[in-house]
Parts: sequence; C-alpha cells; structure tokens
Amino acid sequence: MKILFTAKGENWDSMIDSRFGRTEYFFIYDTSTEKVETYDNRSINQEAHGAGPKTAQKLAEFGVDVLITGNGPGGNASAVIKQMGTKVWVGASSLTVREAYDAFNNGSLKEM
Amino acid sequence: MKEIVVISGKGGTGKTSVTAALAYLAQDDVIVADCDVDAADMHLLLKPENSIRADFFSGVLAQIASDKCIGCGKCAEICRWEAIAKTNEKYQVQALDCEGCGYCARICPTSAIEMEEQNVGQWMISEIKSKSKMVHARLGIGAENSGKLVAKVKNEAKKIAAQEQKPFVLVDGSPGVGCPVVSSLSGADLVILVTEPSVAGIHDLKRVYQLVEKFGIPAVCIINKYDINRQKTEELYAFLQQKELALLAEIPYDENFTQAMTLGKTILEHDPDGIGAIIRASWEKIINKEI
Amino acid sequence: MKIAIASGKGGTGKTTLSTNLASMMAEAQPVVLVDLDVEEPNSGLFLAGELVHKEDKYKMIPEWEKSKCVLCGKCQTVCNFNAVMQLAETIMVFPELCHGCYACSELCPSAALPMKPKKMGELKQFDLDNLDFIESKLIIGEEQAVPLIGQTIDYVDKNYPADTIKLYDSPPGTSCPVIEATKDADLVLMVTEPTPFGLHDLTLAVETMNTLGKPYGVIINRFGIGDAKVEAYCEKKKIPVVAKIPNDRKIAELYSQGKLLYNAISEVKEELQKVVEFIEIQKEQI
Repeated sequence: MKILFTAKGENWDSMIDSRFGRTEYFFIYDTSTEKVETYDNRSINQEAHGAGPKTAQKLAEFGVDVLITGNGPGGNASAVIKQMGTKVWVGASSLTVREAYDAFNNGSLKEM
Repeated sequence: MKEIVVISGKGGTGKTSVTAALAYLAQDDVIVADCDVDAADMHLLLKPENSIRADFFSGVLAQIASDKCIGCGKCAEICRWEAIAKTNEKYQVQALDCEGCGYCARICPTSAIEMEEQNVGQWMISEIKSKSKMVHARLGIGAENSGKLVAKVKNEAKKIAAQEQKPFVLVDGSPGVGCPVVSSLSGADLVILVTEPSVAGIHDLKRVYQLVEKFGIPAVCIINKYDINRQKTEELYAFLQQKELALLAEIPYDENFTQAMTLGKTILEHDPDGIGAIIRASWEKIINKEI
Repeated sequence: MKIAIASGKGGTGKTTLSTNLASMMAEAQPVVLVDLDVEEPNSGLFLAGELVHKEDKYKMIPEWEKSKCVLCGKCQTVCNFNAVMQLAETIMVFPELCHGCYACSELCPSAALPMKPKKMGELKQFDLDNLDFIESKLIIGEEQAVPLIGQTIDYVDKNYPADTIKLYDSPPGTSCPVIEATKDADLVLMVTEPTPFGLHDLTLAVETMNTLGKPYGVIINRFGIGDAKVEAYCEKKKIPVVAKIPNDRKIAELYSQGKLLYNAISEVKEELQKVVEFIEIQKEQI
C-alpha cells in the first residue's frame, strides 16, 4: 500500500502539514517496498486559486492508496481525490510523520 | 505550535479589537498574522515598526503591444468582459475590466498580447508594541482578493513562529464566507468566533460557522455587546448549545472599546480591570486548555 | 438615479443607512433598494415585504461530454484558473473556480466542453408599498461575487425606469465586488465611523472612488465616539460630510432587534433628511 502524508519536511520526524492544498511536501511511503519518496510542493503558492485540486492532481501522479493529513482537503480537492479512489484519513495535525503512521495503524485517525 | 484564528462573519462585531487585545496579552508567546487584507486594521492598535516589505504578485492582466497589433479585433470579439476596445485602428485593454483569463493572448495572430503579472499589494513583517512580530499586508485598490495573499501572510507568520519557537500564531481572519476566509481557516487548530446579539450578527455567524463545521475545526465563541438585546443573547446561547460550542466570554456594550481604539491602544492597556480582565480570563482558558 | 452606499470597513452602518434611507425616501417617491452584498446580504433582515418574484441566477460553465473528448488536454492548458483538469481519462471541471471566459469550450478541437448554465445564486424581489427591495445571494460554496452583482444590476436596469431612485447597498472593502457594485453609480455615499479604523478604511474607500471618478459624500455614523480626525480629513480633502448620525445605545438596541430607526429617533430622521437633500442637489447636476 502506498501512503502519502502532507508534511512540512522530508523525513519521518517532520511535522505533518495540517493543510492539503498548500502543503509544503509530500512524504510517500510504500509499505510493501518500505521505500520513501518525497516531493516539494511549495511552488503551489504561485497559484492564487485552485491550489487544492492542483495539488490533488499531483497526488494522482504518484498513484497513492491512502492520504494522511491534518484538517482534510477542501471541496474541490476532495472531488479529485475521490475520483482517484484514494482514501483520506484526517486528524494527524501536531504529529510527526512517524507518529501519524503509528496513529493510522492503531486506528486513532479518522477516515474522512 | 497552535494556530488560533479569529473570525466573525459580520463586520463591526469587534473581531480585530479582540484579536489585538489577545495579541497584546500574549506578548512574545505569539506571532500575529493580520489576514484581513482587504482593509487591514490591526496595525492601528499594535503599532508596527521597522517593517521589512515585499511586493506581492497575483493574477495577470492582458497587455497589447501596439507595434505588433494589426487591428484584426479577434481579441475584442472573444473577450467576455468587453475589456478590449478599439482606439485609432488598434486595440487596447482596459485594465480595470480585464479578468486575466488569457484567452485573447492565446488567439492573437501576431502574438501581440502578453499576460503580465500584477503587483497587487505588499506584505510586511513588523515589530509590534507587545514585544513580538506581526505579519500583515495591504491589498491594492480594485485588486482581486484571494486565498493566496492570506495564505502568504499566514505562512510567513508560521515560519517565524517555527524559527523562534513561539507556541502560538494568532490570526485576525477575513470577514465573509469566500476564499479569503477559507484560506484563513485552513490549518487552524482553534477558531474564535466573535459575534453580537443582533439579527444580522446571528445570521452571519451561522453562515460562517457552516464553513468551520465543514473543516471540522474546534471552535469557541465570544459574545460582544451581550447586554444590548437579552432575547438575541438567549438565541445565541441556544445556537451554541445546539452546535456544542463553548462560550469563551461575554463582553458588555462598553464605550471603552472605542475609546481604546481612538487612543491607538488595545483594551488591555486602556481598561485592564474591566474588559481587559475578561480578555485575560479568556486567554487563560485557552492556554490552560480549559475549553 | 443610481446611488451606491459603500464603506471601506465592515460594520460602519452601511445597511443601517441604506434600509432607513430607502424606507424614508419611499414615503415620497418610488425607490428600489438593491442589496449587492451577495456573500452576506443583510438588508432583508430589516425590511418585511411581500415576496413577488424569485429567480435563480446562473453563470455559464463548461460541461464535459465524454463521448466527444479526444483527451488532448488543451482545455487544461488554456485555463488560467485551474478550473479544468485532466485526470487520466477524465476531464474535471471545478465550477467555483471557473470565471466563464469560454476559452476551453471554444478552443476544444472536438467541441467536448459546451458551456452550460449553473446556478450560482438567487435573486428575490420584495414589495413594500412604494419601496421595492431586491436581494441577491450567492449559494454557499460559490465564491465569486462579481457575476451575481453584475446580473442583479442588469435586472434592476431592465425592470425599473431610469428615473426611479435606485439605492445600491454595496459590499464592504475595496476589491473587485465593490468596483462592480459602484462603477455604474451616479453618486456614492460612504459610511464611516469617527475612529482610527473608520478613518483608515475611509481613506482606502476614497482612493477607490477617485480611481472610478465618482462623485461622493461621507456620512459619519456613531458620531460622538472616537475623535475628530475623520471630519478633519474630509475637510482637508474637500469631501462633503453630508450627515452625522449620533452615537446612541438605543440605536444599537433597535438595530439588534432588526428594526428601522428613523421613526423612533428624531435625530436620525433629521440627519437622513440632509442625505435626501444632498441627493436632490446631486441629481440636478447629472
């Protein structure tokens, strides 16, 4: 399973970015290969409008099964993510990526 | 680091005065972000100094190079806003009407149209009287407000808070229910709703709360001028109960609020034992996580 | 004659002024009050009239026709607002982001994105004796005020004779919805309060009106609080201060109940009379 975390940095100890549309980084973990991939999303701040769906489109390129984030994507971004069939789990604000992964596994995050 | 956003839906309820008072109280525990960029007012109470400024670019406007224009009029034909007019055989764009869609630039046969980035305002980082910093901005006249400038102001505030290890970012949110408010709310850990017991105040509170609910952010309420209409105050209590929102504080109708503003002071400085005490109690509840 | 009522700052009393002024003027002549604060229209909370007409308001947005699409992605390329997106074999359109430029629709090589109407708001018309009241409201989630403001103004132009007094309660602030609401006005009345916030936001509003080249006058609400800087500013800039509505707790109380003021408080009536006289003088000059 491929999991994408919205993050403020590029390693396991980075804080989760509670936003989706203007998240700074993607931290992508593949549970079967145990490989980590990251993506710098900060150029999204050039966009005045439509940051959410644009970031969601980028997410689509990585082919993820699960998105773990803080507050959750807004309406438009959610539509794109739903179209892709990716599941969204929220409630990971104030956690590190590692802590968010643990929380996901022991069921303390909420499915959106 | 906790992000606290203060919004109201309706203007004139005291949102900015309350936010400035909280900022003053919290001193250097807080980085302040004035996200009410279309008519920002926090600076009148917090007296920013030594500002670092930067221009802000958002959106594009079409510009026609007259030396390349052959007067075919294709641009004017397709413009949905009638923003292109003929002057002396050539065509020109009326900036105030241009929406920045870029359609004209794409179809011009001589590539005479360029889409130029607009400088729509400035954002600044300043030192404020409460020994802390504030990030604020000024949007230019007629500029399109968007989540982008609000996001910029907030991000910069969060960056500073992270660098300087401040426990809180305090945001004076945008009024209304559009993109700027959504951007103000995105990423918030706590929302403070400032309202007043009036028909209009309650109406606008409900509308803005729909957005807060959608994002699932915990929220609390401050009722300002609570004693001008007991019946409406009861209506507010009922709404808060129905939505399971805690009442953080009630502030009486008091001329001191305006007097403080006129003197360029926060209510904390002007009336420390009256309304100042109410604000202090509210802040204490927040930092002690009592709500 | 078209009169826009604006303010830089929210909460200065724009709606209080427009509802009271409209009701008072309607005692002598036909008046149309139009609430253009389409994100948060409030005038209707103070006026109880009979709903005589309601219509949905639409904006044109592209709708994807899968059968015709060749998945070239040109639509995504030509959209400057991120409103059209290609996701594998699907084209997605985001209605709230769409500005209605028609570029994707008209440049699509296979006509797979015809423009179709989508509801973005509602216009309601109320009848209160000599006063007609029009209110337009965006449906929640819809963010662009400008198209609805424009369509509402067109509706009023079409349905009322040119010599009717038309009062436009504008949105607060200085960004494009305010420009859209005031650009056709013959006169702009700016409501402010005599405080630092009021002064600061008034200067922004004045700058905006100067850009549009509109004649304007200022009404100071809650006169008596704060200081004399707004008056000094107006004098310096030679801006007419048309009326000064007094600060009175009783006003706040009546307002909170959703009631009109001018019949209950004589000073309010006197000050509004001055506004009416100012309008009459400006009318002569058009």
